Amino acid sequence: MMSVLINVLGLLLITGIVWWFWLAGRKSPLQHYQESLVIQVKDGVYEPDRIEVPAGREITLSFQREDASPCAEYVVFSDLEISKQLPLNHITEVQLPKLEKREYPFTCQMKMYRGILVAS
Amino acid sequence: MSGQQQTFTLSGASCAGCVRKIESALKAVDGVDDARVNLAERTLTVTGSVSSPTCISAVESAGYGAKRAAADPRKQRELQRDKDRQHFRKLMWRSGLALALGIPLMLWGLITGEMSVNTSTQQLAWGCVGLITLAVMAFCGGHFFTGAWKAFRHHNANMDTLIAVGTGAAWLFSMAVVFFPHWLPESARHVYFEASAMIIGLINLGQALEVRARGRTSAAVEKLLELQDPTARVVSESGEVDVPLEEVQVGDQVRVRPGEKIPVDGQVLEGRSSVDESMLTGEPVPVKKAAGDNLSAGTLNKNGTLLFEAKKVGAETRLAQIIEMVQNAQSSRVPIARLADTISAIFVPTVMIIAIIAALVWFNWGPDPRAAHTLVVLTSVLIIACPCALGLATPMSVMVGVGKGAEHGVLVRNGKALQQASNLTTLVVDKTGTLTEGAPKLTDIETDGDVDELLTLLASLERHSEHPLAEAIVDAARDKELSLHEVEDFEAITAHGVRGKVDGRLVLLGNRKLMSREAIEPGDWQARAEDLAAMGRTAMYAAVDNQMAGVIAVADPIRKDAKDAVARLKNLGLKIEMLTGDNQATADAVAKQLGIESVHADLQPEDKEKIIGELQQKGIRVGMAGDGINDAPALARADVGFAIGAGTDVAIETADVTLMRSSLHGVADAIELSRATLRNIKQNLFGAFIYNTLGIPVAAGVLYPLTGMLLSPVIAGAAMAFSSVTVVSNANRLRLFKPSSAQEVRP
Repeated sequence: MMSVLINVLGLLLITGIVWWFWLAGRKSPLQHYQESLVIQVKDGVYEPDRIEVPAGREITLSFQREDASPCAEYVVFSDLEISKQLPLNHITEVQLPKLEKREYPFTCQMKMYRGILVAS
Repeated sequence: MSGQQQTFTLSGASCAGCVRKIESALKAVDGVDDARVNLAERTLTVTGSVSSPTCISAVESAGYGAKRAAADPRKQRELQRDKDRQHFRKLMWRSGLALALGIPLMLWGLITGEMSVNTSTQQLAWGCVGLITLAVMAFCGGHFFTGAWKAFRHHNANMDTLIAVGTGAAWLFSMAVVFFPHWLPESARHVYFEASAMIIGLINLGQALEVRARGRTSAAVEKLLELQDPTARVVSESGEVDVPLEEVQVGDQVRVRPGEKIPVDGQVLEGRSSVDESMLTGEPVPVKKAAGDNLSAGTLNKNGTLLFEAKKVGAETRLAQIIEMVQNAQSSRVPIARLADTISAIFVPTVMIIAIIAALVWFNWGPDPRAAHTLVVLTSVLIIACPCALGLATPMSVMVGVGKGAEHGVLVRNGKALQQASNLTTLVVDKTGTLTEGAPKLTDIETDGDVDELLTLLASLERHSEHPLAEAIVDAARDKELSLHEVEDFEAITAHGVRGKVDGRLVLLGNRKLMSREAIEPGDWQARAEDLAAMGRTAMYAAVDNQMAGVIAVADPIRKDAKDAVARLKNLGLKIEMLTGDNQATADAVAKQLGIESVHADLQPEDKEKIIGELQQKGIRVGMAGDGINDAPALARADVGFAIGAGTDVAIETADVTLMRSSLHGVADAIELSRATLRNIKQNLFGAFIYNTLGIPVAAGVLYPLTGMLLSPVIAGAAMAFSSVTVVSNANRLRLFKPSSAQEVRP
């Protein structure tokens, strides 16, 4: 009985991992861009991590890094070839060019921190 | 004053109403193009031609306080270093505390072998140990758990997830053993508190060492930042005063004394001196500066006092732009890392699934004690897998490589350029300004009479000509300090030459056609002129009063180091091809002297781009070296464009690689550096892939049939902790890179 329970639990965990990390998608709310919006870099995540930005207009994003982990040291917009070092406990502004209407991921150097800009 | 940006820290602003009030007050000031308040940071950013005191007054008149923000990048860097040091100390402290619990527990297990729970006394003892372990895990590894939880809520999984799940599983299993030992067979009543504590301790130690090693990767940018002094001596009506660099305004008059660094970009108003610009241009010889000459921030004033007007300050200076470019390039991606990036994105959940599958295999088919083996395998797989090594493999190498390039005057635009430069097969080089000095000089003057007299006559005549070669003749006369005379009846005859009366004598200077037209027989001078032309020089006939007076030759001299640089590039396995708009004879002569076999001459600017395109169609990977201005289309078309222009603004904006030295050796340096960096990246990627592909199966127990043992979670934790350190340390080996010197070439 215990053996069956452990196996079922294991399979449920695998299913849960696949669903939660790959299939379920992000449920975090889409934040609307404002100039005063500050993206927190903390505890392994960007917060907010989904930001709606106006397309066709230069914008500035502000990042506040509170995570001392080296992982959080850079933010990289790989599609835009833009990266910026984020000093600890400091707000760093990242200037972005005019964006076309699509999604632009931004990540840390190791792709552990992940966020999305939705240009619309 | 151009549209510069200034930042101020605000006091008293607390709501959206304050923001509107301050912004309106600033926008009403003449010269302000834009004013933006960042309420979260309490800062005001003003763009426009306006002084900071004016901005501060406007803010104060709106009822708030403002002062210039300390935007000194060196201060920020120092602040960052302080924080890194604090972080290092904190990690070491956490590591020490966790290991102080883990090591004695581990020794107890090794020496006594008593890590099992069979009696109520043992339950009580191990229960206390479990609670102490929990406290240590919370204090020393709490950030792993909070990070894992936050990431989980965002559908993310990261390294924290692996550590939290691995150590958490070991602790929970151990506590289950403590509370319910009878649920398990006797052989499986083993506790793993030491594993949880040791893993937390070792990973903190690994991260501490990584922080220290990473601090060294940005040494190049720090060197660039140190090129500027923190203050500048501003001259005003009230006297001279040292002000912080960030307070220097465009238009300020600044004085630099001998031995001081130039604080901002500017133009000399008074004084003469020589300035060492080697840190920016790579040119070792100091450059003479006098009124009207430009100065660059970060260069060193040598022997005179200069008064200059600030033209560019702060982020606008050339040095600041270089630093920004280096920083951007340092964190850019390289195409070779695409696979690693893809794997990184799915790595952690995949490892979690592998760990569960491995644990189930041991649970269903493993030998007794199955429960213990299941837990050990689960924990070891989670803990040994290291996304860090994979994620850090390329960024660290790129960071050190790009920084090293900056130290050697090689500014790489991004990781892609760095990678492509490593596998070029052909280098196309523009002749003028790259292989040659780019400024024609008088190389020969031959006459049966007095050389200076003939040069005086010809230079006097050429002073009125707009032909590019005329300047070389006039300069040669000036160098000899000859006095030039007035010219009458000057005439420039298209495609022939020039004529005019100097001191009443009719002077002609031009090609063979001019002599024929004037019915002057060149005689033996023709053979001499042909010899000079065969040497790649532009030979001209000189006649005075309708008699041949001699021949002169002008040439764009080959750079002193061009031959060595070409030999060095050939040594690197590159085929060199020369492009030029000059005639074939001149081009062939230059190519022959430099050992270049392939020459494309008589080209229009657009032809250069076509030639590169044709080479690329043959599957050749082409690099192009030019001055970054005239060659812009060709530089853009090439797989890698090397702009040799002592870092002109245009070149910095457009080239893949900008060489601060006006030397082809810079291209060889860049290629050697890119190859060294790519080698380092491959080593790191290979190491990270091999580590994970070997480590995970070993942790899953594939060696058990051979060894009869499973990998201890503690060993797995140590391996994980030091895999990142290994990657960063290997990247730091690039700091030892030195370009091969030209003397090492064996043509």
